[in-house]
Amino acid sequence: MDSNLKKIFFDPIIRNNPVLVQVLGICSALAVTTKLQTAFTMCLAVTFVTAFSNIGVSLVRKIIPGSIRMIVEMVIIATMVIVVDQLIKAFSYNISKELSVFVGLIITNCIIMGRTEAFAIKNNPVESALDGFGNGIGYSLLLLAVAFVRELFGFGTLFGITILKTVNEGGWYVPNGLLVLSPGAFFIIGFIIWGLKTWKKELISED
Amino acid sequence: MEHVMRMFIEGVFTQNLALVLFLGMCTFLAISKKVNMAIGLGIAVIVVQAITIPVNNLILTWILKEGALSWTGVDMLAKLDLSFLSFIVFIAVIAAIVQILEMTLDRFFPPLYNALGIFLPLITVNCAIMGGSLFMEQRSYDFGDSCLYGLFSGIGWAFAITLLAGIREKLEYSRPPKALKGLGVAFMTVGLLAMAYMCFSGM
Repeated sequence: MDSNLKKIFFDPIIRNNPVLVQVLGICSALAVTTKLQTAFTMCLAVTFVTAFSNIGVSLVRKIIPGSIRMIVEMVIIATMVIVVDQLIKAFSYNISKELSVFVGLIITNCIIMGRTEAFAIKNNPVESALDGFGNGIGYSLLLLAVAFVRELFGFGTLFGITILKTVNEGGWYVPNGLLVLSPGAFFIIGFIIWGLKTWKKELISED
Repeated sequence: MEHVMRMFIEGVFTQNLALVLFLGMCTFLAISKKVNMAIGLGIAVIVVQAITIPVNNLILTWILKEGALSWTGVDMLAKLDLSFLSFIVFIAVIAAIVQILEMTLDRFFPPLYNALGIFLPLITVNCAIMGGSLFMEQRSYDFGDSCLYGLFSGIGWAFAITLLAGIREKLEYSRPPKALKGLGVAFMTVGLLAMAYMCFSGM
């Protein structure tokens, strides 16, 4: 793989992470991360939609007029999301109930719109596919990290398997209720941003 | 009246779109540095939310739901269940309404357009708007309830972003660790606000 393609793929995973650095797609990152299983499904769905809508938009980029490109992008994205939604409903109905409206909200997830608008509209399908996958993976990494902390310390389990036996079940671990509730996610992401910016000083901006 | 009060409390406090359900977070964090910007965006969200949810509700009841097309009298149409199309229809309706609103304001109320104009394009991709419509579908509200829900959930979102902007304006003068400044502190503040909002649901 030549270095340009490599850069397109690896940049968004950490250094230009969509959630932590570009501040895109935060809503779903917070709402579906109480359990690893739902977070994992969400990651697959978002990575799929980002990659394929990037390819789709990139393929038609030369024939859509500039003034209606937003609508065209929206239609392509929404179509991909409907496919994903039907697939999740068909193969794991319980998870689709848990994700509730958040599958539909992938349409308005700014990562996808942002990447099609900033990248796919100007680049060829191969590069766009890599960019889409890279951003999807960057998003997934963060989502899984947050879900890992929340599920392990909030419920004492990982993927539903007991790791730390909680007091209610006769074990020793007192679960941290804050992490299960919504504010916990904000604190975790706040700490991750703190960590990332301490590690990569060039990301600190003066605003 | 009791019902309206209940919808109000639910929309503005206990089921607040921003701080309890985490919707519209991208704009919520990006536009909350100044109070007057936050208020402008908040008003725009209230207006769009109060229009799109009832309109989407009408479309859902009369066209998309299972058996909704029975008013046409055609047997084949009456059996159709188009609800899997709701995502694409909702987003199209939202985009169209935002566009129409922008043009109407520009033509008839120029001062208002100047104040809200820059926020309107942002609203199409604000997940609070799409989320409102999806919750309307999920909780199967009727038309009256969707009008109330649209208005109140918009007010709740606007209220939350104004609160955050007020706090962030003051935070400018504080001196957190360098790596935490800006986004990091904003996240922690939203976390604290969300904790405060949990008290409304009777923790």
